Amino acid sequence: MYTFSNKLRLGSFIAMGLGFIFLVIGFVSAPSTVEEAKAMVAVHDDGHGGGHAEAADAHGVAEGHGAEAAHGDEHDASHDEHLLHQLQNRPWSALYVAAFFFFMIALGVLAFYAIQRAAQAGWSPLLFRVMEGITAYLVPGGIIVFVILLLSVLHMNHMFVWMDADTVASDKLLQGKAGYLNPTFFLIRAAIFLGGWIFYRQYSRKLSLAQDESDDNSNFVKNFRWSAAFLVFYLISESMMSWDWIMSLDPHWFSTLFGWYLFASMFVSGITVIAMVTVYLKSKGYLEQVNDSHIHDLAKFMFGISIFWTYLWFSQFMLIWYANIPEEVTYYIARFQDYKLPFFGMLVLNFVFPLLVLMNSDYKRVNWFVIMTGIVVLFGHYLDIFNMVMPATVGDQWYIGFPEIGGILFFGGLFVYWVFTALTKAPLQPKRNPFIEESTHFHY
Amino acid sequence: MASKVIQALYTDDDVLMHAVKKVRAEHHHIEEVYTPFPVHGLDKAMGLADTRIAITSFLYGCLGLTVAVVMMNYIMIEDWPQDIGGKPSFSYLENMPAFVPIMFELTVFFAAHLMVITFYLRSKMWPFKKAENPDKRTTDDHFLMELGVHDNENELAELLWETGAVEVKVTEKES
Repeated sequence: MYTFSNKLRLGSFIAMGLGFIFLVIGFVSAPSTVEEAKAMVAVHDDGHGGGHAEAADAHGVAEGHGAEAAHGDEHDASHDEHLLHQLQNRPWSALYVAAFFFFMIALGVLAFYAIQRAAQAGWSPLLFRVMEGITAYLVPGGIIVFVILLLSVLHMNHMFVWMDADTVASDKLLQGKAGYLNPTFFLIRAAIFLGGWIFYRQYSRKLSLAQDESDDNSNFVKNFRWSAAFLVFYLISESMMSWDWIMSLDPHWFSTLFGWYLFASMFVSGITVIAMVTVYLKSKGYLEQVNDSHIHDLAKFMFGISIFWTYLWFSQFMLIWYANIPEEVTYYIARFQDYKLPFFGMLVLNFVFPLLVLMNSDYKRVNWFVIMTGIVVLFGHYLDIFNMVMPATVGDQWYIGFPEIGGILFFGGLFVYWVFTALTKAPLQPKRNPFIEESTHFHY
Repeated sequence: MASKVIQALYTDDDVLMHAVKKVRAEHHHIEEVYTPFPVHGLDKAMGLADTRIAITSFLYGCLGLTVAVVMMNYIMIEDWPQDIGGKPSFSYLENMPAFVPIMFELTVFFAAHLMVITFYLRSKMWPFKKAENPDKRTTDDHFLMELGVHDNENELAELLWETGAVEVKVTEKES
């Protein structure tokens, strides 16, 4: 049995406390009137003048207003209000990005776990308890994301422009999508997705623990069947979730492979976290049977899925770049103009770095090396989510400051606390998994 | 020059693995092992040096990437400038996304083909070459271990019988 070390517990509490304070600072310092917003930007603009006007126009189009209010004072007023909304959105977006990022890690691990179960993989049963520990975060993480979405529906923030009835009233495209993209149905879908994922997680965990105590393989077989069925549900629901929770932030824009793209991001983050938690537990003397070949396999997945992510990122980008159709290309114009560093930095962190660093077979067996690479990959995928959300919600008013760092610290701390608490609940090595023998002898 | 070798035949890969380990523990040099299928871990048991084919593969990939960049730059930008996706910029860098699939394909193409050719050359295999196989049964269900004989024929034969060989013979080998 694993016992949660006091040092780590204390660390997670400090991260949560510090993150909470930072988030509060972020929310308090957001402007509440147009005048305050203008004053903040005036101070800020000394640093980087120019270029702001065009950028703001690009956002106007992307977010569905601006086309109507195209001239004179009316434009100025609507622009100022737009600016106020962007600045008010910033702490909300930072909260949402971090909450979604850590939730997505747990969801990616759940998919990986279900694949191992459905494939009846022989190498991985030793890691099942680690994966089950990480997926435990689905419950609090999912509830937090749902609450943030609920608050958006209640107009506590302006992240999702299509939730605003006035905007929809003056927008033909959004009226056309209203049958699907309306607040009630949005929340119902979110509840169904979360309910399905959490149900599978809890039920599969129950069967996994029951298998340890039973004297036949019926629980194992049941788990196999549920996992296969879950994967079907997951692939559909994950795709729709990506449209709902991320893509609808830019309600005029759409990409048909967005679900896959987000899936690649969560999959590689999830596998990275499995590898990091496993290496950590091993370094503390647990999981004695896990050998370097298991770490090697996880690192191979980190390498492979990083390439897969790049493939999807590029497929989405190249088609839009090539066709150069205005309503599609605004998505990338906003990122190229205002998000140069995070956008291209993310490509380096998520593609070039793992490609070069994880290519060598020997490095994948060096445990501390996998941890170091994992930290970089996770940061890269945080930036990926940041780049998906921020351009639509805060436009060019982004910055990595108090609310962003606070979000990472708070949810990172909560994640560590919840995952390691879940790990203490059951023996780290499954006893009666039929493949456990094969897993302990796994080598390459 | 002909050299004297001793050959032992086995009928099971597990027995073979144990035999290889035992013979190596007695400090005899194994010249070659012939098997009907790749035996997992045999290279480590025989103490063969790690393959360096991955390094050649990386270098061939870099070569392929370079060829793709130079080729597309010449064809699409310099020799006969093309208007790519309505963006007639005539700059390789600005049109780079359009060339990524070709860059990727040629990297893989060069890495894969040159790696296979390297492997054949390094293994001394080429068309119409006479097979080096000393016993046809190793293409079916037998495993053959070959050791050099240096005036210790009887000692070796005894050791090989002990390791579970089903047949031990001494022959002259052309090389």
